[in-house]
Amino acid sequence: MNNLKDRDKGDIRVVVGMSGGVDSSVAAYLLKEQGYQVIGIFMKNWDDTDDTGMCTATEDYNDVIRVCNQLDIPYYAVNFEKEYWDKVFTYFLDEYKAGRTPNPDVMCNKEIKFKAFLDHAMSLGADYVATGHYARVRHSEKGVQLLRGVDDNKDQTYFLNALSEEQLEHVLFPIGEIEKPRVREIAKEAGLATASKKDSTGICFIGERNFKEFLSQYLPATPGEMQTLEGEVKGRHDGLMYYTLGQRQGLGIGGAGEPWFVVGKDLQKNVLIVGQGYHHPELYSKGLIAENVNWINKNIVEKGTFHCVAKFRHRQEDQGVTVTIINESEVRVDFDEPQRAITPGQSSVFYDGDICLGGGVIKEVIKD
Amino acid sequence: MERIYLDHAATSPMHPDVFAAMKPYYDNIFGNPSSIHHFGREARRGLDESRESIAKAIDASFDEIVFTSGGTEADNLAIIGYALAHRSEGEHLITTKIEHHGVLHAFEYLEKLGFTVNYLDVDEFGRISTDTLEQALREDTILVSCMFGNNEVGTVQPIKEIGQLLRNHQAVFHTDAVQAFGLETINVNELNVDFLAVSAHKLNGPKGIGFLYAKKGLALAPLLHGGEQERKRRAGTENVAGIVGLQKAVELSIKEMEERKQAYETYRQIILDTFKREEISFLVNGHDHYYLPHILNVSFPGLSVESLLMNLDLEGVAVSSGSACTAGSIDPSHVLTAMFEDKRRSHSAIRFSFGYGLTEEQVKNAAERTVKVVQRLEK
Repeated sequence: MNNLKDRDKGDIRVVVGMSGGVDSSVAAYLLKEQGYQVIGIFMKNWDDTDDTGMCTATEDYNDVIRVCNQLDIPYYAVNFEKEYWDKVFTYFLDEYKAGRTPNPDVMCNKEIKFKAFLDHAMSLGADYVATGHYARVRHSEKGVQLLRGVDDNKDQTYFLNALSEEQLEHVLFPIGEIEKPRVREIAKEAGLATASKKDSTGICFIGERNFKEFLSQYLPATPGEMQTLEGEVKGRHDGLMYYTLGQRQGLGIGGAGEPWFVVGKDLQKNVLIVGQGYHHPELYSKGLIAENVNWINKNIVEKGTFHCVAKFRHRQEDQGVTVTIINESEVRVDFDEPQRAITPGQSSVFYDGDICLGGGVIKEVIKD
Repeated sequence: MERIYLDHAATSPMHPDVFAAMKPYYDNIFGNPSSIHHFGREARRGLDESRESIAKAIDASFDEIVFTSGGTEADNLAIIGYALAHRSEGEHLITTKIEHHGVLHAFEYLEKLGFTVNYLDVDEFGRISTDTLEQALREDTILVSCMFGNNEVGTVQPIKEIGQLLRNHQAVFHTDAVQAFGLETINVNELNVDFLAVSAHKLNGPKGIGFLYAKKGLALAPLLHGGEQERKRRAGTENVAGIVGLQKAVELSIKEMEERKQAYETYRQIILDTFKREEISFLVNGHDHYYLPHILNVSFPGLSVESLLMNLDLEGVAVSSGSACTAGSIDPSHVLTAMFEDKRRSHSAIRFSFGYGLTEEQVKNAAERTVKVVQRLEK
């Protein structure tokens, strides 16, 4: 990789993961403009063919084809349905079974986009893979670093926290240097077929379908009681997995006073614990334990305790924290300020300024 | 980098003579063959001469040629058209597991309408046995459809024997000859076939045109309703330029058949010899005696077909995995699946197919590039 800088860009092969959306379309466009040898690949990770034989993947792939023909680059489709099922979806279901709220996008990046797909791209003789993520990679003396995208509002490093330096070494994020509105503008200026396509929302395999209905196809739901901390029964719940800490919608508890929120789950008794008020004290914590911790640059691990900032969900403001390394895979995180609705299963991601240091999966919440 | 096209079974380049024959029909001979004026008559002459020439080429008569938009429509018209017109004589149909989708999906459609279909098994070389067919035949069987030569592995079926077998049965016999035409001598009377489908673009002719041979006296329910063209079997103004191109393609393919067959045998041997010499591991899929010489299907067990195809394309070698697939489809070929259970084999099969314009030099070059890719992927 060292002599890549000296090579003509036309000899550097970049395989772009293209979803059929505007971000990855512009990523491919920019690379092509910069003179790289660009190949577009569409990944099919989930089969959502409906009764009429329609499948959003086919439509998305058709958009990839249109854009690639506009850019005059070859395009292919690869299938990672099996890998996705084994590595991402199984994890997703297991986490729900364990009463946690998983983040499949983090796992998808780690196991599919920057593993199965990266390996496939390398087998095509690629020097780099690129995606339409809002993030940046910096090659420095300290190693390969993951940096936040310049668009604060769109930064996606939260979802990329589980990648390793080795994975990032081969990655380009062409749109990490620009802001989302500009990405749309570029697409329009270049006349790309996907310029006005709506951004996708939600978890990729569920799309905009009803989440409850989707999950119920795979996991049996056990309805139970909703109780206050004091044990007062406030109603019934449809199954603990359908609820997230801090959630207000869908509880159906009326009456006087402040609105009701999910403040806890008792898995043993199958009881959903509810409390009144957005700032219900039960929702607040002063720290957490994270497991499966990944440090992008491994030298961090030697530092026993340090102060940095963290995010506990995508699009959260940075929060000051003190990180104490417990062992290679676990850390304790103490918050500068108490945090609301820290959710086991989600990621705790650490930053030093613009640099994403890595992250871990929230295992326990520390309340006092 | 010189790009080498080894996907002639998917579609083929147009022969310059075909193009030249068609050109006047895109220029000043533009009339509608049904019109009663001079312009119509000119077009009608081209249409009639083409029909006559094609009929002769397969020992059929003038009225037995129905022009269609291609192989798929010809297959659909024979299968669906015959079944719907003869439902009162029986609702049982027979075909094979390795047909082209233009045939298979026509039968699936008929199943939805209430017909019963037997899909015959093939052996590991992709061939059906006439014994199996005989056992499957019922009194109420009205149609048997078996392709002439397979588009993925090239295996040629016992068409003549099937024709013989059905002589004493009410069932009519349809064969999809889209791949075999131009490489097998076809005489509809000697073969005793009732329907036979051909497409122009596999024969260095234009896309969007083909024909169905339909034996005189066999009623067909039309798929398209409109004017009285093609003796009411296929409505719509005739694609005269296409039909003239089809005629030229048919003529050339028959004239050059022996020459082409020999060339393709040489190409096969070049590829197989290169693979052997370089000691890469591979398996040939298909029949070693009954096969179409322009198709060579090879598995590289342990490798993935996706990687192979993409890498070969990037190296300038255009091949395919058999039948065209949809976005990232992982379904292995229905043909290979019918032939054997070994998934490593069916998931690593690619099809080389030869045709007009190819040289020995190019084939050698493509074989070497293939070896390079396989060796790199084996690591």
